[in-house]
Amino acid sequence: MHFLLLFSRQGKLRLQKWFTPLTDREKKKVIRDMMMLVLARPQRFCNFLQWRDLKIVYKRYASLYFCAALDNQDNELLTLEVLHRYVELLDKYFGNVCELDIIFNFEKAYFILDEFLMGGEILETSKAAVGVCLEEADTLQETVEEYMSKPAY
Amino acid sequence: MPAVSKGDGMRGLAVFISDIRNCKSKEAEIKRINKELANIRSKFKGDKALDGYSKKKYVCKLLFIFLLGHDIDFGHMEAVNLLSSNKYTEKQIGYLFISVLVNSNSELIRLINNAIKNDLSSRNPTFMCLALHCIANVGSREMAEAFASEIPRILVAGDTMDSVKQSAALCLLRLYKTSPDLVLMGEWTSRVVHLLNDQHMGVVTAAISLITCLSQKNPDEFKTCVSLAVSRLSRIVSSASTDLQDYTYYFVPAPWLSCKLLRLLQCYPPPEDGAVKGRLVECLETILNKAQEPPKSKKVQHSNAKNAILFEAISLIIHYDSEPNLLVRACNQLGQFLQHRETNLRYLALESMCTLASSEFSHEAVKTHIETVINALKTERDVSVRQRAADLLYAMCDRSNAKQIVAEMLSYLETADYSIREEMVLKVAILAEKYAIDYSWYVDTILNLIRIAGDYVSEEVWYRVIQIVINRDDVQGYAAKTVFEALQAPACHENMVKVGGYILGEFGNLIAGDPRSSPLVQFNLLHSKFHLCSVPTRALLLSAYIKFINLFPETKATIQEVLRCDSQIRNSDVELQQRAVEYLKLSSIASTDVLATVLEEMPPFPERESSILAKLKKKKGPGAVSVTELEDSKREGGELNGGGDRGPDTAAMAASNTSTPSPSADLLGIRSAAPVGAAPSSAGSLLVDVFSEAGPTAPSAAVNDDGFLRDLEQPTETSDSLLVEGSGDLDSAPPSEDPAPPLSEADELLNKFVCKNNGVLFENQLLQIGIKSEYRQNLGRMYLFYGNKTSVQFASFTTTVSCPGELQSQLNVQTKPVEPLVEGGAQIQQVLNIECLSDFSEAPLLNIKFRYGGALQNLTLKLPVTINKFFQPTEMSSHDFFQRWKQLSQPQQEAQKIFKANHSMDTEVLKAKLLGLGTALLDNVDPNPENYVCAGVIQTKSQQVGCLLRLEPNAQAQMYRLTLRCSKDSVSRRLCELLAQQF
Repeated sequence: MHFLLLFSRQGKLRLQKWFTPLTDREKKKVIRDMMMLVLARPQRFCNFLQWRDLKIVYKRYASLYFCAALDNQDNELLTLEVLHRYVELLDKYFGNVCELDIIFNFEKAYFILDEFLMGGEILETSKAAVGVCLEEADTLQETVEEYMSKPAY
Repeated sequence: MPAVSKGDGMRGLAVFISDIRNCKSKEAEIKRINKELANIRSKFKGDKALDGYSKKKYVCKLLFIFLLGHDIDFGHMEAVNLLSSNKYTEKQIGYLFISVLVNSNSELIRLINNAIKNDLSSRNPTFMCLALHCIANVGSREMAEAFASEIPRILVAGDTMDSVKQSAALCLLRLYKTSPDLVLMGEWTSRVVHLLNDQHMGVVTAAISLITCLSQKNPDEFKTCVSLAVSRLSRIVSSASTDLQDYTYYFVPAPWLSCKLLRLLQCYPPPEDGAVKGRLVECLETILNKAQEPPKSKKVQHSNAKNAILFEAISLIIHYDSEPNLLVRACNQLGQFLQHRETNLRYLALESMCTLASSEFSHEAVKTHIETVINALKTERDVSVRQRAADLLYAMCDRSNAKQIVAEMLSYLETADYSIREEMVLKVAILAEKYAIDYSWYVDTILNLIRIAGDYVSEEVWYRVIQIVINRDDVQGYAAKTVFEALQAPACHENMVKVGGYILGEFGNLIAGDPRSSPLVQFNLLHSKFHLCSVPTRALLLSAYIKFINLFPETKATIQEVLRCDSQIRNSDVELQQRAVEYLKLSSIASTDVLATVLEEMPPFPERESSILAKLKKKKGPGAVSVTELEDSKREGGELNGGGDRGPDTAAMAASNTSTPSPSADLLGIRSAAPVGAAPSSAGSLLVDVFSEAGPTAPSAAVNDDGFLRDLEQPTETSDSLLVEGSGDLDSAPPSEDPAPPLSEADELLNKFVCKNNGVLFENQLLQIGIKSEYRQNLGRMYLFYGNKTSVQFASFTTTVSCPGELQSQLNVQTKPVEPLVEGGAQIQQVLNIECLSDFSEAPLLNIKFRYGGALQNLTLKLPVTINKFFQPTEMSSHDFFQRWKQLSQPQQEAQKIFKANHSMDTEVLKAKLLGLGTALLDNVDPNPENYVCAGVIQTKSQQVGCLLRLEPNAQAQMYRLTLRCSKDSVSRRLCELLAQQF
């Protein structure tokens, strides 16, 4: 996988993960192109596109589009399920996840993704195993109260 | 503000995000962000040391601002500090910031690497994973340098936790992708391969990505993975849908691992071991069988996962291309999907069938689906599916169905999406040409193409139709009639006018017998379009007019009238004005005979690869054009790589010697070296000689310099009689004495210049000869500098260049005589123009004679013009390289030599030499980084020769093995001979 983007129907980028090095300028261009291509497509169209020499696989969940770019020999259908598994993981963590959860806890969305994908490859496909890692992380965390007592800024 | 925030809430961050979301305008947002940035900056700069929590919060805010698309130029140091925190969430945010905003600031990288090192050795698996993630996310060369040797150790260590192993495997993969030279598997190889047997499915899933990538680069070292992969796959395929517990995804056992195993197997040929192969075939059959079983769940996830495995299995079957039974089953399966109600499956089936169409076993089976595919092209609502259908039609096209497919594609073009029109046009043009049995069908098709999608018809397409019409006299009359009819349309595309102008200018006479298309009618028809056309088209039309004057003397008065009017002869465009002036003059001064010679019918174009195919390849990228197509084009005389092509306009004008300037001059590309100052008409046209007295555009003498054009070779009697040596006449050397035989060291001198273009060719006590040369395409220009080293004058100084034997027909070398006197200490210069007509092995000879103090000096050298000078470098991916390498596998196409090193084996020196050779030096192609791999295309006038080179040094033995594969065997041999002397 070359990159994974999450953006809303209104064209707001919610998460960007790059697995191959690109300059900031190229990234901005890719983001723009992806939104233009994907958002313009009617709902029942197929989930795959050819873009330059990459395969684009995208899927819409509620108001949010999940969009991944693959090498030519990668498997499109399985990538759809990568996206789905990621949604499931977010859902498991946040409980009925919605776009707002990802906006306000963007760092968590990145952490969950990191437990699941690394360098664009699947790290762990078992939902339970990813969950365990995240739980472990949370038990390491300091208590909420300790933080809430700190000043806001 | 949402309440949910598990773990640790950062209230300040939530407030800030909420504020940003409430901003009504971009300006308000920027204002809010600037306020926040100022706040954070002051906190970071403040006297009071910040605690970990605050630091984390501010760093997180900066990250948020960055992700909104704003620049962040501070906070890196604070993030790095967070890395050494003992609190997990602080460390985590620190790593996230570094991963997203990595800065190549070396000071920071050192600190980051330190923190990573600490975490890697912490033995705390969560910290180790964080560190590995950071390395993988950044993936820079510095990181690779620091950790590439450490990570394999972690990966195979017995006491490493499974989760860390998984991270280590993928981290290593990432580093291998960026810096393969730093990741040395060596001793670890077999232990890494054996991770395929690991108990933990997660470890296998992660490890197999690494193994697949390594196998692609070093197939031999990893080949033991094949049998392991087959047995692992067989265990998964035969397991019940719930056996694998957590690794079962919607009732499909381990879909990710299955696909990756199938993918890994695609790095290798079919297993040789019969038992392994049998087991694998069984697996593939089971997978195909399962596709026919009723689904275990109605969820789309279930069918996606199942079909993902099926498609991967089909890819493997296509890759093996050796089991007709499986191939046909795969084709039938895809045929079912072509009609599936899921758009995704239809899309993938079309895509997959495209590759299947190029297999000889299944090409016919694919063809049976033609009606379904045509239907898809017509009825699919989704453009990306239609695009795939068009691709498949193109791939399944052969002589038997070409007419049907071309007709369907043409009718689809009328409504096709703009985004794919250009490509469709190219494809139609290629198919029409490739499968044309009668060329009138071809002409009709292309003219239809211009009519339907004129805007998308690129130059290559209309150049090509003209090339073909010129080369086939059986279609010329038909073409003239058809364009004449097409031009009748009140609004016709400019490309149609171009084709029409060109063809009527050449072959209008073939239809002039019919009073409905009499010469004047033809002319009036063309001229009625003139005013609506762009400058290049008008220029072309003017040339067509002058050709009319030759074809039909009765139109002369009318056309002269047109040329004479102010809008032509005083046109503000230099090109048009010049053509008008010259053509007018030509038509009024020249006798009919001269006119007929100058405006003779175009000679046939040399056969070459269709430039359209080259364009399609360029457009689609390598690999997009199927193997059959490459082979076809080779058979048709084209070569590996599509090459530079000249359009008929340029080539035509050059060849037919009509006036006309710049295009033919630019053709050579190296005119800049020629003396400038001539009027724009400096193309050195014959026209110029015809009117040597005068005319407003009388040329300066400089024009003769441009005698690259073959048709200009014959010296005209007047000024060029001094020419010592035309390319052809070998015997015109001064009568006094025969040229000396080549010096004994001539070959050695020649060898010095194989990999360089400039330097001293020869030196003795009297004379020094220096060389500067430049080459482009199949043309070259060489400057020879003769230096008189003595203080005495050389008299009767003459130089002669000759092409012995068959070289005469392979190389065209032209030069002008030098001054016969060379003063003591002086240097004179001579320019050679070289044109490579076809590949050659011998070198041209340079004979020099002069009198020094009464004694005649006579010496002959070999001119360092070697076939490699006409190389054009070709960059290609490793995949393409090997594909082409495989295509050039006939024994005579390969030449190989093993020889002892004569020079330093230093990498940089070798690289410089290989670059000097003129080929592209390809990195990351050869699995062994010590080896060198190059690719290039030799450009000759008659054809292009694709060449691949591999040089394997053995430093210990001080030996090399050199292998060449070229599409022409004589070239392989010659290059091998030449290069064996270089290293």
